[in-house]
Amino acid sequence: MADLRVDIAGLKLQNPVLTASGTFGYGVEYQDFIDLSGLGGIIVKGTTLEPREGNPYPRMAETAQGMLNCVGLQNKGVDYFCKQIYPQIKDIKTNMIVNVSGNSPEDYAECAARINELDCIPAIELNISCPNVKHGGMAFGTSTEGATSVVKAVREAYKKTLIVKLSPNVTSITDIALAVQDAGADAVSLINTLMGMAIDIEKRKRILSIGTGGLSGPCIKPVALRMVYQVAHAIKVPVIGLGGISNAKDAIEFLLAGASAIEIGTANFLDPTVSVKVVKGIDEYLEKHGFMSVKEIVGLCE
Amino acid sequence: MRKYFLDLRVTSVEQLSERYLLLTATNPSGPLPEMHPGQFAQLRIDESKETFLRRPISLHCVDYQRNEVGFLIQKVGKGTASLWEKRPGSTLNAILPLGKGFTMPKSLEQKVLLVGGGVGIAPLLFMGTEMQKMGAKPTFLLGARSKSDLLRLDAYRACGDVYVTTEDGSEGEKGFVTQHSILQREKFENIAVCGPKPMMLAMASYAKQAGIPCEVSLENMMACGLGACLCCVEDTKDGNVCVCKEGPVFNVEKLKW
Repeated sequence: MADLRVDIAGLKLQNPVLTASGTFGYGVEYQDFIDLSGLGGIIVKGTTLEPREGNPYPRMAETAQGMLNCVGLQNKGVDYFCKQIYPQIKDIKTNMIVNVSGNSPEDYAECAARINELDCIPAIELNISCPNVKHGGMAFGTSTEGATSVVKAVREAYKKTLIVKLSPNVTSITDIALAVQDAGADAVSLINTLMGMAIDIEKRKRILSIGTGGLSGPCIKPVALRMVYQVAHAIKVPVIGLGGISNAKDAIEFLLAGASAIEIGTANFLDPTVSVKVVKGIDEYLEKHGFMSVKEIVGLCE
Repeated sequence: MRKYFLDLRVTSVEQLSERYLLLTATNPSGPLPEMHPGQFAQLRIDESKETFLRRPISLHCVDYQRNEVGFLIQKVGKGTASLWEKRPGSTLNAILPLGKGFTMPKSLEQKVLLVGGGVGIAPLLFMGTEMQKMGAKPTFLLGARSKSDLLRLDAYRACGDVYVTTEDGSEGEKGFVTQHSILQREKFENIAVCGPKPMMLAMASYAKQAGIPCEVSLENMMACGLGACLCCVEDTKDGNVCVCKEGPVFNVEKLKW
């Protein structure tokens, strides 16, 4: 067995496979299917300072090799997370990472400060890229000034590993990545969903309740891979790659493009065991090609 | 309840009409898990290139002795249509059992009415056979557009009394289930409904007026089926809740109907 361990700015992962926020609940939803301790980490559902009801139904539309969603960060708020959910997940033997979102830099910072107090949460993923909320979310992730303001505020409040999740709905994702690196991010993850739309031709209406949603699934993989490659070549901090990864081959492509770790999202819906299959597949690839460690293939593609 | 991710093997494929298919499958790797009426399975659709997600299909009949589970499938779109390609011996990948099902009667004497319309009759057969196992006898009230849309009536008659309405009057009483004379003749203590939304709304309103507890089974569009993605939410008195996890069966008192 090859050495699958990776290090994301001090955050130690036993392997490079994480599950993506919003697709894996709090992990417990999947524990009937896989041993969660076999994962590098679990990024739990987006959490905000105040509870949020999210957007109205319908929130989902199926597309060719993918899906659109406009859930809109439904969650019961950071208080509820700390008191009710954290006790249920703190003993899961993998890195439990909280995805944090907000309406203002102060909101983000306050929420992050609360998570900072939780011993068994070694990192947060800062969501400045949600396309489904009116205020905050992607609004911060689409300008270097907005991204800088949020990351600076959170960096002051949060002492552990700070990962910033980037939006692909921008002209230059490398500019945003450079800005968040300068503002103090320990790592970046990309990509969040691509903004899209679906129309019901019989009703002659847009399907999703708010009209638009975020596209995910295998259809976005080439876009995600290109962005990961570009960002990994432009910044110094580690990159976590995601976007349409459905199997070990996809994951290895992201590692070769320069990602130090990867996240699996929508593919969990089709196969709830896919994440552990990807861990195994990466190991087999390394063995087959004579690599001792997964670190050897990170960014190996020219 | 523990959920399972299984490669089932199709044992029979019976086309009931142009639009309906009865797919029966066994678990080749061991006994099927315990399942509850009103729960559902997420079936993988690999045959269709134009679809992507699994399809939530309710448990129609479960025979633990034969180790078989049956699904009644209506051809709705490309996903369900692709299940027509299954043959005996085909693999049917399923995640099951999912969600919360119907409340079982608390006593054998309790008079339970099971109301179904269209493909919504599917979970009621499982409910009926489970009630029969405990020694109770349900009453079915099944509605359809026309005689040719009434499916497997013999299977329903084998475990309870069956009353029928058709919109064109080709079988049973003419009209909708809410107009059937059995509702005047007999007093029921519990009602469970699965069918098109207008039918469920009408039955829920009837049950409310009559003061009878009523459960309905919702079919909001789903992605994960596990309560992880929060796509299939229903706006209830407790806020947005996942139909796949907190439902699909809800007491109408919890809904904003």
